[in-house]
Amino acid sequence: MNVLICISRVPDTATKIVVGSDGKTIDNQGVKFIINPYDEYAIEEGLRIKEKFGGSVTAVTVGSEQSSDILRTALAMGVEKATIIKAPEIFDSYFVAYNLAEYAKSIKPDIILLGRQSVDFDSFQIPSLLAGLIDYNLVTVVSKLTIDANKIICERDVEGGKEIVETNLPCIISAQKGLNEPRYPKLPDIMKAKSKPIEILEAKPTDLKMEVISMEIPMKQRIGKILSDSDEDINELVRLLHEEAKVI
Amino acid sequence: MDFRFTEEQIMLREMVRDFAQNELKPLARQIDEQEEIPDEIIKKIAELGLLGAAFPPEYGGSGFGELGYCIIQEEIGRVCSSTATFIGAHQSIGTNALFIGGSEELKQKYMPALTSGEKIAAFALTEQGAGSDAFNLKTKAELVGDEWIINGEKMWITNAPIADIFSVFARTNRGISAFIVEKNFPGVSTGAPEKKLGIRGSKTSTVTFENVRVPKENLIGAEGKGFLIAMKTLDAGRLGLGAACLGACKELLEMSVAYAKTRKQFNEPIANFQAVQFMIAEMATQIYTTESLVYRTAYKYDKKEMLSRDSAIVKLVSSEALDRCVDLAMQIHGGMGYSRELPIERYYRDSRINRIFEGTSEIQKLVIAHDILKRNGKM
Ligand SMILES: Cc1cc2nc3c(=O)[nH]c(=O)nc-3n(C[C@H](O)[C@H](O)[C@H](O)COP(=O)(O)OP(=O)(O)OC[C@H]3O[C@@H](n4cnc5c(N)ncnc54)[C@H](O)[C@@H]3O)c2cc1C
Ligand SMILES: Cc1cc2nc3c(=O)[nH]c(=O)nc-3n(C[C@H](O)[C@H](O)[C@H](O)COP(=O)(O)OP(=O)(O)OC[C@H]3O[C@@H](n4cnc5c(N)ncnc54)[C@H](O)[C@@H]3O)c2cc1C
Repeated sequence: MNVLICISRVPDTATKIVVGSDGKTIDNQGVKFIINPYDEYAIEEGLRIKEKFGGSVTAVTVGSEQSSDILRTALAMGVEKATIIKAPEIFDSYFVAYNLAEYAKSIKPDIILLGRQSVDFDSFQIPSLLAGLIDYNLVTVVSKLTIDANKIICERDVEGGKEIVETNLPCIISAQKGLNEPRYPKLPDIMKAKSKPIEILEAKPTDLKMEVISMEIPMKQRIGKILSDSDEDINELVRLLHEEAKVI
Repeated sequence: MDFRFTEEQIMLREMVRDFAQNELKPLARQIDEQEEIPDEIIKKIAELGLLGAAFPPEYGGSGFGELGYCIIQEEIGRVCSSTATFIGAHQSIGTNALFIGGSEELKQKYMPALTSGEKIAAFALTEQGAGSDAFNLKTKAELVGDEWIINGEKMWITNAPIADIFSVFARTNRGISAFIVEKNFPGVSTGAPEKKLGIRGSKTSTVTFENVRVPKENLIGAEGKGFLIAMKTLDAGRLGLGAACLGACKELLEMSVAYAKTRKQFNEPIANFQAVQFMIAEMATQIYTTESLVYRTAYKYDKKEMLSRDSAIVKLVSSEALDRCVDLAMQIHGGMGYSRELPIERYYRDSRINRIFEGTSEIQKLVIAHDILKRNGKM
């Protein structure tokens, strides 16, 4: 079973986001980038599929050459080969999906795993766009995956319950939290990651289907208060609910 | 000169940090209260490769060297000093004595099980009459035929209650010699764990040797070289101890800043008061100093350029820095810092041992001064 994992490189969720001087992009200065948290589930699931059925696991990202940092982590987790499809500075979700599709056509994976969403732009588009472009079956937001010969059984979280979906190969799955518990890379594998290949390909250009006109940080932050579970704070909570929120 | 960490070192830190924050931190309070590190977490630490990180792959390690080991201890020391102490006693002194002094055969025989964490090591030097004056140890080893017969008692031995393998220092005809002794050799017994102020999850006890028969080839290095091996091993141990102190200092500063920004008195966050800012500034200064020392010295260690004096300086500065930081952190937290509801009091209790074990602060000063005097004041 050959698995392709699509990884998005996103700002660390703890990063304070600053809009760049052009008013359209994020200022990358000093920002730490990580593997999109949902993509960690995709990686883990890919590795488990390989461990169970044999085959290979390849990771791909569309982005700058700096993406090698997150790909090294994927390699240390156990991915065998990684590819960066080098993108220009301005691109949109369609561009990403188109280039992922072109890459997938070239290596013909049995299964493509993605995260349910990329926590930077949160557009939820890539898995669907990709399925449209390469005509694979698609199941999104999967929290449990069982593979039985050619039969793929997916559990999806839906409002108030679960939905069980069956499909077959080749297919695209987008991962939801809870799909698995991503592994920590082991020390010897961190060392080995250095000698695994990272291939760099040029992206194929596409016309922008969407353009960012402007970007701003929400002016008014919600004025939340965080209280601890100490007695003192519990009294404070009661006082606030009574005097400020006037709900009790 | 390039002070940046390599890509692998950064990945190592990120992995250990995630592990420490997600898996170990939630257990730290339980470890302190129940005076025990759960087996499952030790197993996880072993599986990740953290127990043999410093050693070369030939011995089952992953070749991260002393610098990688310091990164690990910094991240572990941030959240749980008991666990950092366990790892230090196992890897940096218990196993390291064998790595530094042992023959190829002896290393091949014992190291793979130690670096994988299948077996746990301890370092047994101190005795009732031999603490700071370790050279005064009385445990005896006598060669009878093909075996050494060891008699004596060690005390204050970290990991002793859970260890499988001991690096033991004993007196022979040619001075002090070092041995590998398995716990299951007949005649080896360990005492009840000591009741301590802090690092309560790390178990420390006596080890008694009663006519213990040890194969001749379990001598580490040459006969009479044991004290030198012990001192060289402690050179590494002291450096890693500094890294664990550094981690704890950083965690304390982060907790203190978060608290100072939210705690209000006189209608203001206490972080607005200059007296509190000065405490924060002092903590940050201690941390920057310690961090610079730890990694500069670890780099020298891996290049085989480190002097004993260097790691004595690291140990002296970092253990005193942590005691200072933990004191300031408690001051910033006021009454809440003193309460068991917050972890500050645990850090306060855990911190103090660092000025005592692996050589007291006074002994570090003696090491530093002897070296400086020998070199006529030339650094
Ligand atoms: C209108 C618009 C304009 C944008 N302009 C820019 C820009 O100018 N510069 C810029 O850097 N980014 C830009 N982006 C972001 C860019 O499109 C990336 O794809 C983004 O990081 C994630 O895309 P998404 O939100 O559509 O992913 P989602 O559909 O939310 O992601 C789902 C999954 O798709 C996969 N995936 C997503 N992105 C990638 C990727 N890049 N490589 C491999 N797999 C991936 C992951 O598995 C992810 O979990 C723009 C996005 C939008 C919507
Ligand atoms: C929790 C714990 C874990 C330990 N783990 C281990 C272990 O794993 N393996 C091991 O071998 N040992 C271990 N030890 C022993 C530890 O290294 C010794 O306790 C330490 O070296 C000090 O020895 P001592 O306790 O005998 O103090 P002493 O040597 O009696 O010192 C008492 C005081 O006198 C001072 N002093 C002594 N000599 C001088 C001098 N010449 N000049 C100036 N001041 C001096 C000391 O600095 C100290 O302040 C551990 C100890 C503890 C408490």
